[in-house]
Amino acid sequence: MTYCIAQIPQWLAEPGLTHFLVISAILFSLGLLAVLTRRNVIMVLMGIELLLNSANINFIAFARYTTLALDAHLIALFVIILAAAEAAIALAIVLNIYQQFSTVNVDEVSTLRE
Amino acid sequence: MDLYAFFFYFFAVLTVGSAFVVVFSRNIIYSAFALMFTFFGVAALYVLLYADFVAVTQLLVYVGGILVLIIFGVMLTTKVFSVEMKTGTLNLLPATLFTAIIAGMLIFVFSATDWNVVPDQEWDTTVYGIGALLVNEFILPMQVAGVLLLVAMIGAVMMAARDWTKLKSK
Amino acid sequence: MTSDTLIQFALYILFLPLLGFLLLIFFGKRLPRQGDWIATGILGVTLLLSLIILFVKLLSYPAETFISQFTWIDFGDVPFIGPISVELGIMLDNLSVIMLVVVTLVSFLVHVFSIGYMQGDVRYSRYFAYLGLFSFSMLGIVITHNFLMMYIFWELVGLSSYLLIGHWYEKKTASDAAKKAFIVNRIGDAGMFVGIMIIFVTFSTFTFEKIFDSIAVGTIPFGSEAWLTAAGILIFCGAIGKSAQFPLHTWLPDAMEGPTPVSALIHAATMVAAGVYLIARTFTIMTGDALMVITYIGLITAIIGAVIAITQFDIKKVLAYSTISQLGYMVMALGTGAFTAGFFHLVTHASFKAGLFLGSGSVIHAMHEALHKKHDHQTDPQDIRNMGGLKKKMPVTYLTFLIFTLAISGVPFTSGFLSKDEILAGTLGFASVTGHYLVPVLAFLVAGLTAFYMFRLLILTFHGDHADSSRENDIHESPGVMTIPLIIFAALSLWFFYSFNPFGASSGWFYAAIERPMSVVPSVVQPVAAEVFKDAVHHAHTLAMVLSILIAGLGILFAFVVYHFRRVDADRLKNAAGPLYDFSYNKLYFDEMYDRSVVGGTMGLSNLSKWFDDTIIDGIVNGSAAITRWWSAFTGRFDNVVIDGLVNFSAYFTGFIGLILRKFQTGKVQTYIVFVIFSIIVFFFIFRTL
Repeated sequence: MTYCIAQIPQWLAEPGLTHFLVISAILFSLGLLAVLTRRNVIMVLMGIELLLNSANINFIAFARYTTLALDAHLIALFVIILAAAEAAIALAIVLNIYQQFSTVNVDEVSTLRE
Repeated sequence: MDLYAFFFYFFAVLTVGSAFVVVFSRNIIYSAFALMFTFFGVAALYVLLYADFVAVTQLLVYVGGILVLIIFGVMLTTKVFSVEMKTGTLNLLPATLFTAIIAGMLIFVFSATDWNVVPDQEWDTTVYGIGALLVNEFILPMQVAGVLLLVAMIGAVMMAARDWTKLKSK
Repeated sequence: MTSDTLIQFALYILFLPLLGFLLLIFFGKRLPRQGDWIATGILGVTLLLSLIILFVKLLSYPAETFISQFTWIDFGDVPFIGPISVELGIMLDNLSVIMLVVVTLVSFLVHVFSIGYMQGDVRYSRYFAYLGLFSFSMLGIVITHNFLMMYIFWELVGLSSYLLIGHWYEKKTASDAAKKAFIVNRIGDAGMFVGIMIIFVTFSTFTFEKIFDSIAVGTIPFGSEAWLTAAGILIFCGAIGKSAQFPLHTWLPDAMEGPTPVSALIHAATMVAAGVYLIARTFTIMTGDALMVITYIGLITAIIGAVIAITQFDIKKVLAYSTISQLGYMVMALGTGAFTAGFFHLVTHASFKAGLFLGSGSVIHAMHEALHKKHDHQTDPQDIRNMGGLKKKMPVTYLTFLIFTLAISGVPFTSGFLSKDEILAGTLGFASVTGHYLVPVLAFLVAGLTAFYMFRLLILTFHGDHADSSRENDIHESPGVMTIPLIIFAALSLWFFYSFNPFGASSGWFYAAIERPMSVVPSVVQPVAAEVFKDAVHHAHTLAMVLSILIAGLGILFAFVVYHFRRVDADRLKNAAGPLYDFSYNKLYFDEMYDRSVVGGTMGLSNLSKWFDDTIIDGIVNGSAAITRWWSAFTGRFDNVVIDGLVNFSAYFTGFIGLILRKFQTGKVQTYIVFVIFSIIVFFFIFRTL
């Protein structure tokens, strides 16, 4: 598919599947950036939540615009369930790490390396 | 520009903007609160996509549950009254570069692909359909998810409630 | 009884041990007697069900194969590839039915034995839980009908083996041995995975039957027979790891750090036999070349195991190396095409080797108690030099141990004689058809060595006088829960369970039930046809029998002369053998070799990068001024400039590599993720154009 510049205003005016996908791509990249660069474990967790949200936006967008329909909604629901479980476990781990090492910075917790 | 487009852009900007704050704020408390706005924005986007049930679940679980958990995590592991709230960064340069490339790749792929779009589906409420699917085709995943949540709950309680002073003295 | 009932029984057999595992792992400590009766009872029930299946299957449906399956994932019609679906299911044919009985029988008896052996252990219930997990995974391997489940259960037995070897993980040697077993197995499994993927990419299915049918009609991977051979050898890699074949055999002797009943169950009778079972399952798709590789790997393993076993003093190490040797025997038998003989040896070996291990467990138990009573913690209860004269103190253990030893040495009227004899006949037949005469010669040599070292073990342990007469009175026969399994195994090591004719199994039920499957590979690469091979074996049979009795007799005689009557001094033999003895005593230096090459290589690489760092980079910094001066002084001279440039370049280049290598080893997860992302980007740009 090719676009010419004159089409862009019109394309912008009608939000469609691609718009949502682009939003999700931006969210994904931001989440990835948080996961990659932040030293604080909790920031990394927030990044993971952003990643999951961007995946969910994709699912729901495809549900709306393609034949995936309600199946995608269910998958999104399961993703949310998994996110909840993951957050609970991860924060329990974070608390344990904090009690053990008195820090929540990932790069300082490297006992496993030795 | 019709109302739909207006709302879309409003919430899209809200989502992306607060996500930027989440990632780039130096103060972790700000990040946590910005994350709440991101979740709200995403929920609104779900509504725009006719996904009412998922949107409500998003609000309940993410804003009501996960976010509160995260803020608890922040409070319990950070010295609130000192300057420790700032968070440092790691491999900033390569990570930013690669993330930018990934973003470009994704956006390129998403916009260049010729999606097989079914035009103008009009939907009623999805709750009935989701309920029907959950007790038919998706009964096994639902059960498994229930067990998973139970396991996660017990595991989290066990781990968080472990008495470290006792373990260390051993 | 219909086939549906049989399938149902098979499912009960598969999942009951899993139930036992779940019960014991969660509630084991709270159950009365820590739940050992649950685990043992469950295995008893599965044994009963397997026996029912065996009899019904062999008597009523001897030629049928029952399959029950469901589609797990249906990918539908995938573009460019065609329909892909993944089925899960179970299959009952004569092979799996016999194997079911072997696994449940050994597992049940080991459970019973463990009640006595593991009494008072700190993690008693967890031990039984892991035994249940192991039984579940092993039964899964046995009755699966596709490669995917085979692989999953394959990994699961690896896991349970890891957990059980490391049962006493407080001991450093035990936890090290567990890790070693796990990692070495993983090397083989990686090969197996690649083999399975070659098969899956070609046939879009994991199911054995569909794959065999597709090959039979001429579909082969990438249209070349070489790929089929490669797939066969790669799948055999899994067997190399699990069945401790050369060159990955080093984990099995170390695995003896686990409790002795575990060694009997996992590292003698069942899990290590899984590799042999895998070859038997996939025998149909093995090309002639692949089988040749299998034959020689098996042969090398058999010799290595036998040679090392001669000089070991740890009772369990001797048995471990003898297991390696016997596994090599089975693999070799399958490779030569003596399919039934190889599988037959698996079955007979399972009973007498499990018996040998349990017998050694009984001995170690008695020694341990006696040493414990004297508060002697220095003496090694497993060293046969500290034993001797146990014959009078432990009559039941001695008699059963004698029967097992006779069986493994291949003395007539034992099960071992029947199967070993068939294998030797198979190798002779193989040699006469293909001209590889090295195979039977070395196989007979191994048979003689086996008889020798097994009788050496028997004599040193049970005959003569006890090494320390002061503790002799403290040694007692083990309790009934430990001797009864021994007696049952001893009975199963006699000939009449397998064939009424003690000098040939080919008339027995086993040979009627298990037949070499027809090869489906293209005729150019087919192994020796079954009929030709059968003829050759038939001619060689009498010769093989006479020779095998003679050679086993020689080995036994020699062992008696040296160790019982002491006509020849063992030390003088040792000195005469000189370096050969050291070679064998140090296990052919395999561990040292792997230490130097694989482990040392990794360490060397890190040291090298450190050296680059310290010497070159610092050198560049410190010496840059000097180099600049040097450089300017000699600019006029062209050749020096070139040499200098080269030196500088190579130094810089090595320094650069050092820098990069150092960057990779940060230990920070996020840095690793950055690498992952980077590779994703690279892959995207590579495959974008496709």
